[in-house]
Amino acid sequence: MANTANLEAHATGHDQASHDHHTPTGWRRWVYSTNHKDIGIMYLVFSIVAGVIGGLLSGAMRMELQEPGIQIFHGLAAMSYGLEGDAALDAGKHMFNVFVSAHALIMVFFTVMPATMGGFANYFAPLMIGAPDTAFPRINNVAFWLLPPALLLTVMSMFFEGPAGALGFGGGWTAYPPLSTTGHPGPATDFVIFSLHVAGVSSILGAINLITTILNMRAPGMTLHKMPLFAWSVLVTAFLLLLALPVLAGAITMMLTDRNFGTTFFNPDGGGDPVLYQHLFWFFGHPEVYIMILPGFGIVSHIVATFSRKPVFGYMAMAYAMVAIGFVGFVVWAHHMYTTGLSLDVQRYFVAATMVIAVPTGVKIFSWIATMWGGSITFRIPMLWAIGFIFLFTVGGVTGVVLANAGADRALHDTYYVVAHFHYVLSLGAVFSIFAGWYYWYPKMFGYMYNEFLGKLHFWVMFAGVNLIFFPQHFLGLAGMPRRYIDYPDAFALWNRVSSIGYYVTFVAMIIFFYATWEASRKKRPAGDNPWGDGATTLEWTLSSPPPFHQFSTLPKIESKDAH
Amino acid sequence: MAAIEKNHDYHMVEPSPWPFVISVSVFVMMIGAIAWMQDWTPWLFFIGLAGVLYTFYAWWADVVKEANNGVDHTPVVQMHHRYGMMLFIASEVMFFVAWFWAYFDGFFRLDDIEQYARVAATGGHWPPMGVELFDPFHLPLFNTLILLTSGTTVTWAHHALLENDRQGLRWGLVLTVALGILFSFVQYLEYSHAAFSFSGNYYGATFFMATGFHGFHVLIGTIFLAVCLIRAEMGQFTPERHLGFEFAAWYWHFVDVVWLFLFASVYVWGAWGVPLSH
Repeated sequence: MANTANLEAHATGHDQASHDHHTPTGWRRWVYSTNHKDIGIMYLVFSIVAGVIGGLLSGAMRMELQEPGIQIFHGLAAMSYGLEGDAALDAGKHMFNVFVSAHALIMVFFTVMPATMGGFANYFAPLMIGAPDTAFPRINNVAFWLLPPALLLTVMSMFFEGPAGALGFGGGWTAYPPLSTTGHPGPATDFVIFSLHVAGVSSILGAINLITTILNMRAPGMTLHKMPLFAWSVLVTAFLLLLALPVLAGAITMMLTDRNFGTTFFNPDGGGDPVLYQHLFWFFGHPEVYIMILPGFGIVSHIVATFSRKPVFGYMAMAYAMVAIGFVGFVVWAHHMYTTGLSLDVQRYFVAATMVIAVPTGVKIFSWIATMWGGSITFRIPMLWAIGFIFLFTVGGVTGVVLANAGADRALHDTYYVVAHFHYVLSLGAVFSIFAGWYYWYPKMFGYMYNEFLGKLHFWVMFAGVNLIFFPQHFLGLAGMPRRYIDYPDAFALWNRVSSIGYYVTFVAMIIFFYATWEASRKKRPAGDNPWGDGATTLEWTLSSPPPFHQFSTLPKIESKDAH
Repeated sequence: MAAIEKNHDYHMVEPSPWPFVISVSVFVMMIGAIAWMQDWTPWLFFIGLAGVLYTFYAWWADVVKEANNGVDHTPVVQMHHRYGMMLFIASEVMFFVAWFWAYFDGFFRLDDIEQYARVAATGGHWPPMGVELFDPFHLPLFNTLILLTSGTTVTWAHHALLENDRQGLRWGLVLTVALGILFSFVQYLEYSHAAFSFSGNYYGATFFMATGFHGFHVLIGTIFLAVCLIRAEMGQFTPERHLGFEFAAWYWHFVDVVWLFLFASVYVWGAWGVPLSH
């Protein structure tokens, strides 16, 4: 960025120290917040809390699947319901599915989305475009505050009746009817439905705020084609949220009336169509997976450029690749539904359209590699996570191309191959990009540096752990192990055991993460305005760490021709 | 904080309790809705709803105050509001996409032999077995004309406002609100004469949910316009600045267009060449 921008931004940053006594304090600062950085921090804290809940749920699943037979869930059911014998066993089987469903919902809606589109987008998109705040600060705050009630509704659903005589909703995050309608007569499903309604409203409001901010509050001189790629990724993602979530709202409203008011949208006995739900769900659901990964693309672009000390290779192609992924992401939904009796022509179309997504995604992967090529690379903590992201996301992308084939999907549908695929792109892709962003921006947000060794240890342990969990699941899936079952034949024992060991390794990695965060907050090693050196060129590094309560009281002027 | 000197035109909004209050209210309302559907108690829902409605009022009252103080809503902030409203309407359009999708899933796919249970229930032909449709050129056409007329009256009010013709603004808005209420009343009449029910059949589900959500939007739009009428009487709109009115008009036109699609595809196309109930 232009040096003038640095100087001006700096000047205003220091000016404002004298005004700090005007900032709101105490609980009002957070609860009544209209400050994008405070709201971003709240989102990140929320995401960590939800991530711990979701991670512990998956721990119970991995412990259960560690060996053939039923290990722990009949005991859990016995404790929760006071049942014994076969009754406890049956309740435990349902409880496993409840854990699967809650794990997915919490990780998707309350961990990944709040971290990327809530935390990082709120905190850094305004900084990167040289804006003093977002366009609608109160809407920003309500978008955050709707999430704790939504999370609470999902958690509460686990404690209300689902199927007759059992607690919780066990229909998976996709919640296909009839299992989610007549299969769960109790109110647990209604809790999940309302949770998604509330989370959806939150996302739509957040998207409106971010789109308006990015389109209308860029600093003078920052044209769209000079805008940092993270802001681009947030812009594209916000459009996906805005256009996809209302369709989900419609679908789950139909489910609600089917369940409670006798309509027959998804009930063939009244002329309804269960596959209609799948169309509506995946019309939302497929954009949703890009919603989770696109902000990560933006984060990784900045980190790779910063630690290669080179501008991003092919900036324009990188920006429009994300736009292309966003567009095509809306017209590939039925590749989740190859086995539902779609006509062959429809399947052919969705195979071809899905394959097309590999093209802009490939543009991104190769451009990151080309950015590193010939660069002056330093392997600081964020760079390790970014490279880990590129590697693991590519693995998930390649298995995605396999699954895009309707023929191959006949064998692989609903097997652990699919589980391995989407965990490679999400928990190893999106989550790695979140950790990359966390370590990259932690010094900016809190003003302190991490212990370099602890951060790297976290990375390597987690890298080993998650690969141990999910790589063997490819083998299990190819061998035919179906997903969402509490038990399996002995033939699948080996790789399930390896997968469960991977969970414990990842658990240790998470303890290292929390210890490292605690250590950084105790040791208080000042980070300085820009700890990453010349490679970090975006506007947030021109401000103090942490930035003043309101930055850019005089807007920075962008004169440089440099983009990114 | 307003206390900080700023050299830009953005509106640095003061901390506000409303986002938190409405979130708590929404939570109570959702729990209350479940309690009501389980026949435990309806009251929790209404307590939550009251909180939501009060917060809407209080929050928008704050926005109106900021609009009227002559400082906060600079041209760039007004542009924010335009973007925000357009994006909101875009999300509303996608919400209706879901309901049209459901309708057309029945309209086009009732003879899909793979869905034999559905074919058995509906007879596999349109309209589904046991359903008698409305005559589109009866009440529905009347309602179409009402809404189209209200589109012209709101435009009349807008042009009157631009010319600073206060009487024209007043009567244009009064007529629009009256036509909105009339539409809702006629819709109520039509519903009460339906030869099919909401529950138990696919046509009723899609018909009542699609037209019902449209009707709900008509109510919201009518309230929005009525608020504009009150604000116009209080002299809060000038020929240069009247974003609240413009947004009410945009919203009204959006509701109008949704109706035209409903009329064309559900009422007219759906009833083409089939026996009718009137």
